[in-house]
Amino acid sequence: MKLMKTLLAATAMMALAAGAAQAKQLVFCSEASPAHFDPGPTTGGNDFDASAHTMYDGLAAFVPGSTDVEPGLAESWEVSEDGLEITFKLRSGVKFHTQPYFTPTRDFNADDVIFSFERQYKEDNPYFAYLANLTWDYYQGMDMPRYVKEIVKVDDLTVKFVLSEPNAPMIANLAMPFGSIVSKEYADQLAAAGTPELLSTQPIGTGPFKFVDYQLDSVIRYAANDEYWGERPKIDDLIFAITPDQSVRAQKLIAGECDIIPYPAPADVEMLQANENITVLEQEGLNIGYMSYNVTEPPFDNVKVRKALSMAIDKQAIVDAVYQGAGQVAKNLIPPTMWSYNDAIEDDTYDVEGAKALLAEAGVTELTTDLWAMPVSRPYNPNAQRVAEMIQADWAAIGVTANIVTYEWTEYRERGKAEDRKGPFQIGWTGDNGDPDNFFATLFSCSAIGVSNYSSWCNEEFEDLIQKAKVTSDPEERTALYEKAQEIFKAEEPALTLAHSKVFVPMNKRVTGFVQSPLGDHVFDNVDVTE
Amino acid sequence: MISFILRKLLLIVPTVIGISICAFAFVRLLPGDPILAMAGEHGVTPERYEVLKEAFGYNLPIWQQYLNYLGSVLTGDFGVSLGTKRPVLNEFLVLFPATVELALFAIILATAVGVPAGVLAAVKRGSWLDQATMGVALTGYSMPIFWWGLLLIMFFSSYLGWTPVSGRIALSFFLRPITGFMTIDSLLYGNWPAFVSALRHLILPTVVLATIPLAVIARQTRSAMLEVLGEDYVRTARAKGLTPKRVINVHALRNALIPVITTIGLQIGALMAGAILTETIFSWPGIGKWMIESILKRDYPVVQSGLLLIALIIMAVNLIVDVLYAVINPRIRVR
Repeated sequence: MKLMKTLLAATAMMALAAGAAQAKQLVFCSEASPAHFDPGPTTGGNDFDASAHTMYDGLAAFVPGSTDVEPGLAESWEVSEDGLEITFKLRSGVKFHTQPYFTPTRDFNADDVIFSFERQYKEDNPYFAYLANLTWDYYQGMDMPRYVKEIVKVDDLTVKFVLSEPNAPMIANLAMPFGSIVSKEYADQLAAAGTPELLSTQPIGTGPFKFVDYQLDSVIRYAANDEYWGERPKIDDLIFAITPDQSVRAQKLIAGECDIIPYPAPADVEMLQANENITVLEQEGLNIGYMSYNVTEPPFDNVKVRKALSMAIDKQAIVDAVYQGAGQVAKNLIPPTMWSYNDAIEDDTYDVEGAKALLAEAGVTELTTDLWAMPVSRPYNPNAQRVAEMIQADWAAIGVTANIVTYEWTEYRERGKAEDRKGPFQIGWTGDNGDPDNFFATLFSCSAIGVSNYSSWCNEEFEDLIQKAKVTSDPEERTALYEKAQEIFKAEEPALTLAHSKVFVPMNKRVTGFVQSPLGDHVFDNVDVTE
Repeated sequence: MISFILRKLLLIVPTVIGISICAFAFVRLLPGDPILAMAGEHGVTPERYEVLKEAFGYNLPIWQQYLNYLGSVLTGDFGVSLGTKRPVLNEFLVLFPATVELALFAIILATAVGVPAGVLAAVKRGSWLDQATMGVALTGYSMPIFWWGLLLIMFFSSYLGWTPVSGRIALSFFLRPITGFMTIDSLLYGNWPAFVSALRHLILPTVVLATIPLAVIARQTRSAMLEVLGEDYVRTARAKGLTPKRVINVHALRNALIPVITTIGLQIGALMAGAILTETIFSWPGIGKWMIESILKRDYPVVQSGLLLIALIIMAVNLIVDVLYAVINPRIRVR
């Protein structure tokens, strides 16, 4: 009987598919399976593409192709004089998806907003632990518990966030995937039916696409949301074909089995660019590959030693050899695409003799040190081992002996954080929300020591600037503060900034309207295909 | 026969306990830690680390963690993935048919080509045919699977366009799984083009996965055949004036097949291992890809239960092979 039902349902669905033969379809060959479809707790870029960017909206959103923030489900917002209250005016008439498993009886309102956030920190919320082993990593990671005191419903279409201290990056945080709004009405129905876990597998959002089906580790299907509050997507069917191997993704694009692929192998880029049916988009990534000096360990506690070691490294040669045209030398911690980038900063010039002299001035004659190389390839540093070898050779020229060390990836980071770590440590970062705070404070604030500040660097002046920038809401004032912070960073050299890598998105020439996001998102709202 | 099967079944109990200990210990002996693996470059504060450790139950003494694990496994609860938050058993049951489907096609191909090739090489021992067959088998046995798969994709899929690059079925077919076997499901739906598409998608992964077992089976068949061909009863059969065809197919092959069947049984275990690479190349949604991703993420529940479930399946297959063996060769039963 069950078999019979399934067969009937499937036949009906095939008939539907046949009827929609003229439908415009786009295939995105994604790199990994999403954990699930609840945008609140998930943390991977592949999770964001599969849920937050396709099926959900947040109060605010990133302008396509930029890290600027624009209104989303909130039409507008107002920050109080003291910076402690943000009041959001919500969009009216926004409909949650209608699905065979849920029919909304009301439009989106303040209750949905409050529910979407409260479930992430109120332990008595029925959805706080609705899945086993559930953790709200981004809510925690972006330090939300520290800033959000409460969220108050003013009326059905007005919500007020009450903060315990001012926080300028808050709006950008709310545009991030974990700020996606889920339907409280749907969640209540599921909870009443005793099946809250379905919230993560049968998603209901307000976004441009509706969920159709997911075959584990294989294919995700979406359909355009005809009732979308914004402009309806130009394609009708969106398909994610999960293809973990990067070379195979490139072959699928060539064979016409995919329309767009993320993260091609750098070695394949040239071949793809040469293909007449393929366009390759490229953009500087919102990332930085760097090498942290441990400023608490002698002789690296001496800024002259740090400067000398950085001057002895031929960064351009490393970028040419290791990034293979997919990188650019970094003089600042933040990439040039980010606001407040200080272009007036002068990078240390590659100068072997100068480095030798500076080292002698610091009184260092014989130096033998560990040099840490990550065991994995990351977008910001595709081959840390090779980088280490090149630095080793550069340092040999000034009489410094480096022993390359590496560990398993989690072990590597764990040992790297230790305050008594010996030797410079290669690592990197990819931005979350496009706010400079997400680089400066996350990587080099005093409170990040032992977490993600691998230099154990706590500089009073720098700290003062970035904390002030965090609580100031005027963008111009913030820019000035961060520009000054970059000067101190360069003068103190807690880390060698090595490179920003480029991100490529190869796609079939029939695809139009795809805009590359500096945040690494793949968004299909405005994408179209020509036959 | 029943007591033979019962004896074999009893032996499984200590083996399962042993394997559960190994699987449990294996993932914990790997350097790395699931909480840090999840945190990535963001890192995690020491306080938050303790909170998560407690939430996942990793703060308990290791023996207690194991006993809790064993206890829940005995009640059929194989734990919940740290990544997807789904029960491990559910994921396994969804993904396993894909692996079995591919493994079955591979073992059929390996046997259908490997056995005749081995027989031929044995009968024409020392000829160029023998040399060529064994040379190819040796190459197949030493083939780096990842490279081999990509090479086939580039030639047959991208260059010639004969086969699809990867996946289980063309995306235009949207069949909800019934059995999880794409070939069977497409037939159940009566969708002939879908069936053809599923078969086309099976060609390259089957060839890649079958490469090593095929080589092993061909070599094993050849040496077993050579041994049997030297036996007295084969000489007698020849002396009786039977045709060479009948001597080889009936008298020799039947006896030579006993060790070959054992080899095929053992190769099924090897196929599970080979599936890891093959499934990754061909985006095949099976347990090989699932396991390797879980190991990289240090997803303890998936790795330990996944290993245990795979071991259970292999033990079941071995039991079946043993029984088959006993059917073919009655001497084994009495031992």
